[in-house]
Amino acid sequence: MNKKNKLIWNVSLIVALLVLLFVLEQVMPSGSMLFTVLKKGAIYALVAVSMNLLNGFTGLFSLGQAGFMLLGAYTYAILTIPPESRASVYQYYDGGIIQFAIPVPLALIAGGLIAAGFAFLIGLPVLRLKSDYLAIATLGFAEIIRAVFQWDKLGPLTNGSNLLRSFPTFQSVLYPFIVSGICIALIVMLINSTYGRAFKAIRDDEIAAEAMGINLAHHKRLAFVISSFFAGVSGGLLAMYQTTIQASMFKSAMTYEILLIVVIGGIGSVTGSCISSFLFIACSEWWLRFLDNENFYIGSFHVPLLRAGFRKVVFAVVIMAMVLFYRQGIMGTKEFSVEALQNLFRKIFLRKSVKKAGDTHES
Amino acid sequence: MDFVTRNLPYLMAGISVGGQYALIAIGYTMVYGILRLINFAHGDIFMAAGLILVYSATVMPMYIAIPLMIILTVLIGFIVERVAYKPLRSAPRMSIMISAIGVSYLLQNLALYVTGGLSQQYPAIPWISDTVTIFGSTTKRVTVITPVLTLVLVVLLVLLIKYTKIGMAMRAASRDFETSQLMGIKINSVVSMTFIIGTFLAAIGSALFFTNYTGVTPTVGAMPGLKAFVAAVFGGIGSIPGAVIGAFIIGICENIIKGVGLTTFSDAFTFALLIIILIIKPTGLFGEKEADKV
Amino acid sequence: MKKKVMALVTTVVMVGTVLTGCGGNGGAAGPAADNGAKVVKIGVYEPASGDNGAGGKQETLGMQYANSKTPTVQIGGEEYQVELEIVDNESSNDKGPSAAASLVSSKVSVVLGSYGSGVSIAASDVFKDAGIPAIGVTCTNPQVTEGNTHYFRICFLDPFQGTVLANFANENFSAKKAYILTKLGDDYSTGLGHYFKEAFTGLGGEVVEETFQEGNSDFISYITSAKNAGADVFFAPVSTEAAALIIEQSAAQGLTIPLMAGDTWDSNVILNAAKGKDVQIYVTTFYQEGGNADFDNGIKEWINADNTAKANNGGDDTVAAVTAMGYDAYYVALEALKAAGSTDPAAVNEALWKVSYNGVSGEIAFNETGDALRDVAYVKCANTQTGAWDFVAVQGVK
Repeated sequence: MNKKNKLIWNVSLIVALLVLLFVLEQVMPSGSMLFTVLKKGAIYALVAVSMNLLNGFTGLFSLGQAGFMLLGAYTYAILTIPPESRASVYQYYDGGIIQFAIPVPLALIAGGLIAAGFAFLIGLPVLRLKSDYLAIATLGFAEIIRAVFQWDKLGPLTNGSNLLRSFPTFQSVLYPFIVSGICIALIVMLINSTYGRAFKAIRDDEIAAEAMGINLAHHKRLAFVISSFFAGVSGGLLAMYQTTIQASMFKSAMTYEILLIVVIGGIGSVTGSCISSFLFIACSEWWLRFLDNENFYIGSFHVPLLRAGFRKVVFAVVIMAMVLFYRQGIMGTKEFSVEALQNLFRKIFLRKSVKKAGDTHES
Repeated sequence: MDFVTRNLPYLMAGISVGGQYALIAIGYTMVYGILRLINFAHGDIFMAAGLILVYSATVMPMYIAIPLMIILTVLIGFIVERVAYKPLRSAPRMSIMISAIGVSYLLQNLALYVTGGLSQQYPAIPWISDTVTIFGSTTKRVTVITPVLTLVLVVLLVLLIKYTKIGMAMRAASRDFETSQLMGIKINSVVSMTFIIGTFLAAIGSALFFTNYTGVTPTVGAMPGLKAFVAAVFGGIGSIPGAVIGAFIIGICENIIKGVGLTTFSDAFTFALLIIILIIKPTGLFGEKEADKV
Repeated sequence: MKKKVMALVTTVVMVGTVLTGCGGNGGAAGPAADNGAKVVKIGVYEPASGDNGAGGKQETLGMQYANSKTPTVQIGGEEYQVELEIVDNESSNDKGPSAAASLVSSKVSVVLGSYGSGVSIAASDVFKDAGIPAIGVTCTNPQVTEGNTHYFRICFLDPFQGTVLANFANENFSAKKAYILTKLGDDYSTGLGHYFKEAFTGLGGEVVEETFQEGNSDFISYITSAKNAGADVFFAPVSTEAAALIIEQSAAQGLTIPLMAGDTWDSNVILNAAKGKDVQIYVTTFYQEGGNADFDNGIKEWINADNTAKANNGGDDTVAAVTAMGYDAYYVALEALKAAGSTDPAAVNEALWKVSYNGVSGEIAFNETGDALRDVAYVKCANTQTGAWDFVAVQGVK
């Protein structure tokens, strides 16, 4: 398959997906959990890919994702709350100090830029640290950012530790898909560019990469800032999805969740991160919910052990099993593509026909 | 005198909580020293120790419940290492760290399921939860006991590491994991022993901590765990006296920060301290200079 | 190769489930009420875990008891079986909306809850977009009902409660200085703290404010600060989880000034923590046990007969005010369903404006913002000998 064909295939697949979503939205009742999962899944896919850019492609173990999402979410919310609702949102701070609102796409980009700006500043000192130390330092920064945003003195800007609300939210399930799609496409283009190859070289061997003339500090900072930009955008999207945001949501537990998504999808696979984020969200929010129901019957058999919280235990056990026995994740470092799918079908089909031939032979 | 009575409670609370962090931090620092693993589940094992005592104290007298709690906690630590970390010993370091996050997630969710999500009241351990008065300020006896007990345990531990065979094996393993294997050290038993000592101290730390702060919730271990880890890094990871001193510094600073009214930043301060030390002296206060293993 | 197959299988399964699993929660309900009656679903959006888990469970108990007493309702001349659809919002503003979405997807006609104002505000838009009305039971922050037409509430509001508490502190303890401790990121806590401060400074008092982070369990420094500030009352409108720690530690630290709080502290968690300790605790609340003997006896009997219910109530049969409120909320919902004559959420929403109901906690009718018209609060004091609440006063705002 040549390059042009591949492009056509990929584009048509994406268009087909969007059309499918559009049709689903028209025919299905709007309250369905499906849409909740799809929206949140799309957002988490973006943040997982952005984390993968750092952890999987550049080999920088950063745990600051929640902090950058917080920056993006707050920037988005602060800039888009309509002036007429500000008095009620910032009720303890006389309506806050910002009295204008900007369009949603601009606010999302602003969220990304603020996150990227902070990442640049944080990166100056911490990117010199190695592996675990970098991880714990970025985790620490995320916690510091969270505390600063809850500070009473910043209340006129951040509403203290209280909820921000009344900002524009999703009108259609397509919105997060399109925004995430564009962002992920940009990340993929970056990965396939010279910069991406430099990132991978740094991941595989820093010393060799440096010997080849790659500027380590520059490239690491670049990866860190870009990853944070997209984490910021996804934070803005998350705010749109949640309809209200608050600094206390962005705990380190959130970063761990995203890290688990990346690992389950396969460290170093963009499509893996996407697939696993939808699976992860669907399992945690939707498919396993029946496990919390005490009165669950199969026929007339009363299933024991079920009560509130059981779904999370099952989910955690599944994740542990994945981490222990399926270390490469769903995709490993491979990518999902039409070509791979074709090959796969061909192989399965071939094997079956061979088997069939064998069967007839025996009989 | 007035100044003392006004400010002594902050200092005492700081020293006491510092001692409790120290007992947890030792577990982190020893495990990191040997396996280079941030054992994120350590804080949750600490929480599990609390829950075990909550439940066992309802059915048996305290003098049985406490040893049982310690034994069960050590058992959990041992099992966690065998099931979740040992199979990954040859895997990249990131997978084993993620496995630790997975264990932490599992322990928290199990606790959520068992407790039904409600805070459990920690039973009062006789004698140490009595109220005493020191220089005119009232507090629980545990506040005074914690630093003393911590220091005694640390001295014992240092002696163990310095003068016993297993201690020597631990030191060898933390210096060079592979070579120590070649020298005939049974690495699995060394690692297990490390986890056993770490969880044993965490179990004692949990009894002291929850006697002071009597609510046990599924996520109660997360913050003390993280802070203890920060203490371990601060003191120089791999160094036991470093971890203890780091823990006391963090415990005291945290309470001073609260005392001067910057309560919003009491947790953030810990991390700020961590970042500053990492930038100025990346190996911590007492850390040995680590050669890059290529 | 094997991995590719695995990857393919997971993808196919995922897509397949997404496409086929659209019909809601895949038959998770128990054996259906198969007596021919139609079913109307009432959503219960309450925390069963997290900081507010204890209170949320008690509130849910009231609804369950009411449901066991009155399991059917006449809507438009037909008898409907009432089914409670209970979800756990985990006391968390980020888990709340998806719990709410699962209620929407199971097609409830009206939602009850939540305990805790933050989660109610967080899920408000989800219910609004789905056109489902919600009846707040004990979420006292004004922002819950403000600026919308689908959120109602049957309890009093924080500006009222804060004023009552400030007046009480001023009159009974002649307090000149109050120490206010609130939790960061908890809208109930910061809100009530704010209104208390407004009212208290309005009376000429002085306040010292401090906050604590979620997950904090060390309150010794806060208690020392309160002592050092020379405060006359310690006001801590926080969740029961933190409250138990504060009580325990202030007893150990020998804090002699009264502890005051709002409705969250009216719980047996507080009583258990305070029992046998040298502390004074005053709270404002919606209902005083003994207010309605029929209800008290009925629910005690029901709780004692059911081990799960008893465990959810904290292991004894003390009637929490939130339980009474949950009980009333259920009947308000039934009244609305009857008045609407349909299970359509929009019709129920319309009908709710005109509902008036005389519940165990008093008369309930809604004003133009959807708030119940309440003008009294009960003040109670914890009896540390018996481990029960002593009635102190009925207090209004002059």
